Order: sequence, then C-alpha cells, then structure tokens
Amino acid sequence: MVNGYPLLTILVFLPLAGALFLIPVWKRPEWLRRLALGAGVVELALAGWLTVRWQAFQQAPGAPAGFLLWEDLPWIEGFGIRYTVGMDGISLLMVILTAFITVIALAVSWRGIRERVALHYLLILVMESGIMGVFLSLDLILFYLFWEVMLVPMFLLIGIWGHGRRIYSAVKFFLYTMFGSLLMLLAIIGVYLVHGSETGSYTFALPALVNTRIAPDLAGWLFAAFLLAFAIKVPLFPLHTWLPDAHTDAPTAGSVLLAGLLLKTGAYGIIRFGYPLFPQAAASFAPLLTVLAVVGIIYGSWVAYAQTDMKRLVAYSSVGHMGFVALGIAAWTPVSLSGSVLQMVNHGVTTGALFALVGMLDERAETREIAAFGGLWGKIPLFSAFFLLFSMASAGLPGLNNFAGEFIILAGSFRVSPLAVVLAFIGIILPLVYTVRLVQQLLFVTERQPLALADISLREGGVLAVLALAAIYLGVHPAPVLDLLKVPVGLLTGTP
Amino acid sequence: MLEYVWLIPLFPLLGAVFNGLLGKKIKNEAVIGGIATLMIFCSFLVSCGILMQLIGLPAEERVFEKVVFPWIHSGNFKADMAFLVDPLSAIMIMVVTGVGSLIHLYSIGYMHGEEGFYRYFSYLNLFAMSMLLLVLGGNMLVMFIGWEGVGLCSYLLIGYYFHKKSAGDAAKKAFVMNRVGDFGFLIGLFTLYWWLGSNHNVWTINFTEIKAASSLLPYGGVVTIATLCFFVGATGKSAQIPLYTWLPDAMEGPTPVSALIHAATMVTAGVYMIGRMSFVFVKAPDTMMVIAIVGAATAIFAATIGTAQNDIKRVLAYSTVSQLGFMFLAMGVGAFTAGVFHLMTHAFFKACLFLGSGSVIHAMHHALHHAHSHDDPQDMRNMGGLRKAMPITFITFLVSTIAIAGIPGFSGFFSKDEILWQAFANPFHGGLNIFLWGTGAIAACFTAFYMFRLVFMTFFGECRITAKSKDHLHESPLVITIPLMVLGFLAVFGGYVGMPKLLGMLPNYFEHWLEPVFATAQGYAQTYVHAGAHHSHALEWGLMGLSVVIAVIGIAIAYILYIASPSIPARFTATFPALHRAVYNKWYIDELYDFLFINPCKALGSFLWKGFDVLVIDGIVDGVAKVVMGLSGMLKNLQSGYVHNYALSMALGVVVIIAFYIFR
Repeated sequence: MVNGYPLLTILVFLPLAGALFLIPVWKRPEWLRRLALGAGVVELALAGWLTVRWQAFQQAPGAPAGFLLWEDLPWIEGFGIRYTVGMDGISLLMVILTAFITVIALAVSWRGIRERVALHYLLILVMESGIMGVFLSLDLILFYLFWEVMLVPMFLLIGIWGHGRRIYSAVKFFLYTMFGSLLMLLAIIGVYLVHGSETGSYTFALPALVNTRIAPDLAGWLFAAFLLAFAIKVPLFPLHTWLPDAHTDAPTAGSVLLAGLLLKTGAYGIIRFGYPLFPQAAASFAPLLTVLAVVGIIYGSWVAYAQTDMKRLVAYSSVGHMGFVALGIAAWTPVSLSGSVLQMVNHGVTTGALFALVGMLDERAETREIAAFGGLWGKIPLFSAFFLLFSMASAGLPGLNNFAGEFIILAGSFRVSPLAVVLAFIGIILPLVYTVRLVQQLLFVTERQPLALADISLREGGVLAVLALAAIYLGVHPAPVLDLLKVPVGLLTGTP
Repeated sequence: MLEYVWLIPLFPLLGAVFNGLLGKKIKNEAVIGGIATLMIFCSFLVSCGILMQLIGLPAEERVFEKVVFPWIHSGNFKADMAFLVDPLSAIMIMVVTGVGSLIHLYSIGYMHGEEGFYRYFSYLNLFAMSMLLLVLGGNMLVMFIGWEGVGLCSYLLIGYYFHKKSAGDAAKKAFVMNRVGDFGFLIGLFTLYWWLGSNHNVWTINFTEIKAASSLLPYGGVVTIATLCFFVGATGKSAQIPLYTWLPDAMEGPTPVSALIHAATMVTAGVYMIGRMSFVFVKAPDTMMVIAIVGAATAIFAATIGTAQNDIKRVLAYSTVSQLGFMFLAMGVGAFTAGVFHLMTHAFFKACLFLGSGSVIHAMHHALHHAHSHDDPQDMRNMGGLRKAMPITFITFLVSTIAIAGIPGFSGFFSKDEILWQAFANPFHGGLNIFLWGTGAIAACFTAFYMFRLVFMTFFGECRITAKSKDHLHESPLVITIPLMVLGFLAVFGGYVGMPKLLGMLPNYFEHWLEPVFATAQGYAQTYVHAGAHHSHALEWGLMGLSVVIAVIGIAIAYILYIASPSIPARFTATFPALHRAVYNKWYIDELYDFLFINPCKALGSFLWKGFDVLVIDGIVDGVAKVVMGLSGMLKNLQSGYVHNYALSMALGVVVIIAFYIFR
C-alpha cells in the first residue's frame, strides 16, 4: 500500500474494470477500440508511474526482502489462502512489459478484427488482468487462479479469430497447458501439506513455504511438476510443439500477446516459485535444464531456417530465444539471471514487433508464405526498414536489445557451464542465417507475385516506432533495467 | 580535443539518421551527398585535432580513455561505452576518416542518378560510424558493436542493388561468414574474461586493464585457446583462409563501397584487433605460428587466383585478400608495426586502385551504354588502350600498381619489404622462417604479375570495344578524379613516414609512433630466442635487393605475356586446360563449401522440422490426445467446432475446479 492506496490491486483489476466498461458499447466498434486502448494506456501510465517512482519506495512492512510494494489480506482463512500481491524489481519489469505489450496488441488489432470486436477487446483486457495477477501473486492458490484466468482468453482468441487449423491449434494449446497446470496444482497442494504437517500452520503463502524442509525425493517430484508446467509455457524443448501451431493460427494480437507475455509467465514461474521453493531439487535438475535449453537454442533456430511460413519461422525463432532465457535460469548466477529477466523483456519487444509486422503483411496480402513476396524494399520502404531493424535485433546485433540480454546470459553462464555456452554460441550464428534468408526473400530480389501493398499507416508506424525506440533504448542503455534487477536477483541467488 | 573523441563516431551517425529519415523527401543529390561527406569530414577534422594533441604529448602519456556512459553493468561484468585513444587508434581514425572522406566525395559523382542515392549515403555514414566505434572501442564489447555493425553495413551495401539476386546472395554470404568468425571473437572474449577473473580476480574486458594484467597470463595454454578464437574472428572479418570466399563475391556492391569497406577499412579490422591485443597474442607462440602460416598461405593462394580473373574488380578483390595475408603474416611474426604500416599504405594504394577501376567501369559503362552494347563493362577483355582517353585515372592507377608491386620509392615497397624481412628474421618461428619468407616472396612476384597484367589489359594495347563506343570514352569528372589524385599522391609518398632504418635517409617515424603501443608485446617477445634472431646488415640489403628483383620479374612476365607476345596466355590455357579451369574457378572452393556445409545444414533443418517436430513429437502428442479423446465424450464435444461450447466448458471447468478446492 502506498499512502493507503492499494496500487497493486488497482494494477491487477483495472483492465478487468475496463473490460466491463466495454459492455455498454457492445455494438459500437469505434467506441470499443478507443475505450479498450484507453484502458490499456491508463494501465501503462500507472505502471510507468510506478517505475519512475520506484527508487523512492521503501521496503514494505511485513513483506519479504526486496518487495517494495505489498498488499496482504486474509481471504479463505480455513485453508490458509490469502490475497497476497507483492512487487519487487522483477515483477515491476514484467508488469511494465505486460502493460506495454497489451497496448501494442490492442493497437495492432485495429483493422484486422472485424467480427465480434467487443469480445476480442474484452478478452485481451481480461487476459491482461490475469497476467498482471500472475506476475504479482505471492500466494500459490492466488497464483494458480490467475494462471488459469490467463489461459482462457488466449484459447478463445485462437479459436475464434484464428486462421487455418485454428481449432486444432487452440485445443493443442489448451491441452498442453492444462496438463501442465493440473500437475502444478497437485504440487502446490503437496507443498502445502508438507509444510502444514511439519510446522502445523497450513498456508499457501510463498514467503512461508520457501523455508519448508522437504525430503529430497519428494522435493524432486514436486519440482518436476512445477518445472513441467512452466517448461511447457516457456516453451522448453521438446515441449514446444504447441507453440508454432498456436502462433501460426492465432490472430496478430494473439501472437503478440503469446510471444510477448505468455511465454514469460513460464520463465517467471521458474524464477519466482520453482527455484525458491525447491533449491536443492532445482540444483540437481540444473544440468537437465541446461541441456534442454541448449538443444532448444540450436534446434529452434535450425528448424526456423527450414520454414516457409513467416509466422511459423518467427515462432520457432522464439523457441531458440527462450532457450537463452532458460540457460540463464539454469546457471542461476546473479549475472545470468539478470540476463534472463532482461532477455524476457527484450524478446517481448522484438518478437512482438516481428509478429506485428508479419500481421501487417498478412492483412495486406492475405498470405504469410515467404515465397509469395519479394522486392519489398522497392515497394514499401518504411515497412522494410522496420522489418530489417527488428530482424537484426532478433539476430542479436550488438547495440540492439537482444544482444545485451543474450550476452549477459552467456557471460553469467560461462563460469558454470562453459561447454553449454560454447554450444549456445551456435545459437548466435544460426538466427542470423535464417534472418538474412528471410530478409533477402522478402525485401530483396524482385516481386514474385504482383501484390498491391500499401506502406504502413500512421497508426502502424506509431506502434512500430514505439517498439523500435524500446529496442534501441534497451540495447544502448540497459543500465536502468539492470539496476532494478540488482537487489531481487541478489536475494534470489543468495549473493546480495 | 581528446575530451571530444565521442564526436568522431557521432557525426557520421547523425548523417546516417538524417539521410535515412529525410533523404527520401529531400531528393536533392547535392544536399544528401554533401551532408554525408561533410559529416565524415568533420570527423576527420576532429581526428586531426586529436592526432596533433597526441603528438604534442610525451610518448608515454599518449593514452586517453573516455567513458561516455555506462552500458552493461551486471554483477562483476562491466562494459562501458568507452573510447580509447592511443597512437594505434589515432592512425586508424585518420585512415578511416581520411580515406572515408575521399570515398564519400567520390561517391557523389559515382552514384549520380541512382535511385537509392539517399539510402546509399545513409548506409555509408552508418558504416563509418561502426568502423570508428570498432577502432576507438575501449573494451572488447564496444569493439564488438563496431565489429558487427560494419558487418551489417557491408551486408546492406553489398546488397545495395537488392533486385539483383546475385547481389543479395553475395550480401548474405558476407554477413553469415562474418558471423561465423564473430562466434570465435566472443568465445575468445569469454575465455580471457573468465580466466583472468576466476584465477586472478581481474574481471575486465577493458583493453588497458587487460594490458596491465597481461603479465598474469601464462605463455600458451588458455591464452592459445583464447587467441585462436580471436583469430577465427579475424579470418572472418579480414577474409583469410578458410573464411575468405565472401570477399570476391562482395564486389557485387557499388565500387566505392569495395574501395572503402572491402579494401581500406573493414577488412583490416582483424589486423587491427590483433594489434590492439598484441600483448595477449604474443604470449601464444602456437597462435602466432598459425597466424603467420594462414597469412602466408592466403597471400599466395589468393594471388594465384588473381592471375586468371578477367573481371577488373575481382582481380582487385583477390589482390586484397592476398595483401591482407601479408598483414597477417606480419602480425604472426610479431612485426606488429610493419603489419599496421602495410595496413595504412594498402589503404592508400588499394583505395586508389578500386576507385580507379570504378572510374574505368563508369567510363566503360557510359561508352557501352551509348553504343547500345551489352558487353560487360567490368571485363578487362573488353578494355584496352584506355590510357589515352583517361589520363588521370591511368596515372594514378599506374603509381598505385607500382606501389603494390613493391618498387622502391613507392609506399608499398617500404611496408612489404619490412614484412618480408621480419618474416625472415623474427625470433619466433625458427626453421619455419625461411618458408614464410619464401612464400611471401613468391606471392609478391605473383602480385607484381597480376597487377601489371591488369594495367596492360586495361590501359595498354588496342581498345577492344567497338569504334562507336570508343567515341564516348572520356575521363571522369573532377569529383571522381580529385580523390584519385590525393590517394595516388599518398600511394607514392605515404610510405616515407616509415622508412626502414637500413636506408637511413629519414628516421622511421612510424615505428617510433607505435613503439609505446607494442612495447609490452615486445617485452614478452624477449623470451623467445631462436637462432637467427640477429642478422647482418649485408643480409638485409641482400634480401631487399632480392625482393626488388622478384617484383621486376613479375612485371617482366606480365609485359611479355600481355604486351610483347600476347598469344602465349591463350596457348598456355590450351596446353593446361585443367589447371586454368581450376584457377579460373577459384579452385572450386565455393562448390566445396556448398557440398560440405551449406547443403547438409539446409537438409538437416528440413529434417528436424518435418521428421522430428511434426512426425515424432507431434505424433506422440496427437497419439496421446486421440487415446484420451476416444475415452472421453466430453473431449469429443470439444472438437465440435462450436466456439460457444468451448467457452462454456472452459468457464464451467474453471468454476468447478475453484469451487472444489475452496469448498471441499
């Protein structure tokens, strides 16, 4: 609470309230769009204000170390379930990313969504509330609740406004994640019971549970359940196959939100819950995590190279990029973990932008086949310039955002697993290979089909320019972000 | 002035942003080209100021570091946006901004009327900025921004004529091969950083700090690994064996780009990087040997290919690869000063040669265009006798050719002779020295041969284009010939700052200037004492004479084959068709790489996707899903396709789950 205002609660429920405001104008698309975007912008402004004010906040009374904002209310006392939300530097970054990417997602659906407009915007705002909740909850049941709330809108977004085999993809997405989250629920109850029987106090509060002593065997199983749920979301090889389908068939906003935010919840879950709850089990799983991360980096990039559908290519590239995040988490050093969190933000910006660009092309040409395009430099230069910029960011060009994140991850992991890092370097070469191939086929050469393409509109240009500024800023001056992470990462890794 | 070092990369950055954002609207070529040229020229002026100030300081104080802002700080990893000015980077910024200004000016004339005029100048400025970051970077990571940045700009500029597939392919190849090298650079960086940090608690990637801590590094061992990795990076950027094949293809870009990027500046980055970290490299004798061997091998290998090419730019491209080999030979034998010296003189004469070839191509293109001929304006078999029509281009081209051939009195002689002498007399490689020298000397002979072959085929003899085209041949405008004359002047006289002590006419300013930079490395080199480290002056004189004789032999052969009795080359190719085909086709290295690396990589990508992802993983998942669906009627309904069914069942499911756990 700050001056008696429950800021975090406002942050979580403001989008939901915005969604309710859409109901009166259900049949008025122009109003809907503006209202929804307005709600998103207010949320972003609040998150931005928190970021600016962050250094001025003090450690919240009663909160675990590092949490400067903290709201804790009893909820269902019989089961020890509380409404606990808290914010440290990591949550803050995720919150600002969520608010930012949601605004982008709202803005890119302006023209593409023509049917059931109201439901579309309502779902995005509901999802934003869910994701905010995931990034802020510190009670395991509350976390689980938000985790489920977040899934439903995405499932519907793909199922209703998707393309191609959208039902297949939506169901696949749903089954994968549901499978993981049910296992997680069992594990949550497991930790609850162990803690309760040991200390006599039955609680789902994360700060209390982190000190639970759990028998190593049981801890291994429980951690595995958590890891599985989160690894599906990240996604970690070989649990990634839902991702290309979901991305390819999702509408543009769905892809942006999926890549920009939903994948981050998986990595965030490992950082916030998986490792702190089961440190020993996590350490013994680290080699496996490292191997899967490195395989994912190389595999994802290699498969991306073979794609003919742009969206699927970007989706597979995500598998590779998120492998870097997983590598940094597996190494669990202050440097590598900072890199992972930074990379989560970077990936959200870059991949979000690439999906937005592909979506724009799809809106115009109604195809995402790479082979259908060519010579875009000559036809739509502004689009091409943005495309080149974000492709280069994605390929890890120094001075742009992805490089900073990936470099810090590798620098931090090198001490722990030098061989893994050397292999991961292949993941620095390969993205360039598929990126320049994509750039050449889209932007260079001459057009292969006569397509009437208009260059980007003012609205689209605005969206892309904001993303471009973010990509350049994070690449040239990531210092403020890294400063935010110093305290929480130090506390998590036990090296303050 | 030193305080303002950050202005040097900033000016071209501003130019790039200005032209990139507004150039399309401005359309006026004079404004676009003028601003771009002005920006790089401002950098040149600041560089001059810095050089003057450095000269004014005592030798040991000529090191200045400027931290502009903190960049990446995380735990014990620290990389600032920092610049380092010392005698070495001062030379580099002078070369980059000086030659760069001339080439910008030249481009205004050369690119006249091109559709993407603004795009070209935006890229060119961006390149200048990246190159300046590379040479001014105070730590390895800032250097790496430049290192990758020049790769990107090179990619964009090679692919400037983007509608041509060959240009796009060449650009792609250049970028990817550079990236393969960068892989080495980063691993080298990490190895060094991690070893110094974990063993001596010196967590740094800053050049001056590494230099201060370099006494902690062992001879060989981990340093060999790190330096070999760095050298892989250098082979990519500087087009050495095995990563050289992108450079000849890079000639698809506009000719001024070939002059600036693929001759004078970017491709020398690898040499500069070794010079910058000489104090590390010198501690790894095995790496030094690898560098020397790769350098010598590249020098002679590329020179052989250069003898059989007919495209004027391709000859110059292979020549560049070969000359870079000489520079690496110098670095590998510990003759860092000689390597950097050759880098500088090469920048002068090779830039002049490329710009001269551009002037020729420009004239040929014009002439052929007027005569509606579709002959290739870059093919030397269509040229001949151009000296009469293009006197300025001819003179400047000729003096630069003499310089690269190594005729005494011209800049290339001083630097190349110093390299050959050091290859013979260095204390590092013992018995290998004689082979290094021999390879270098033969490569020098080839150089003299193919360069004069080029001059004879282009400027001498009879003009081989139609009479109608011939009437349209004329000298290029001043905006093109002024840079040629300046560079031609430097190609002749630029070498006098580094006269060998042996000749004794002028003090070797160049060596004095760089002495403080390489002093640490020279100190470590004292530990290597192989026989033959001390040689008599008579021997040095003798070898110098020999290298002159070798150059003259090369020229003489070219004269015989292409002026005196021009029928011999045809008869030679008729007698040894296989050999000629192999040389002409660049020893089939591209085909080999396609077969060994590129095709298998493509196939594996498709296999992993269609074979593993879709078949294996999805097969298992779908199989499981089918079993579940078979058992569950509810899931069957899920597949009905009615969206409201999903919504309903989802909502119900969530409610049931929550209710169950709350109220059980």
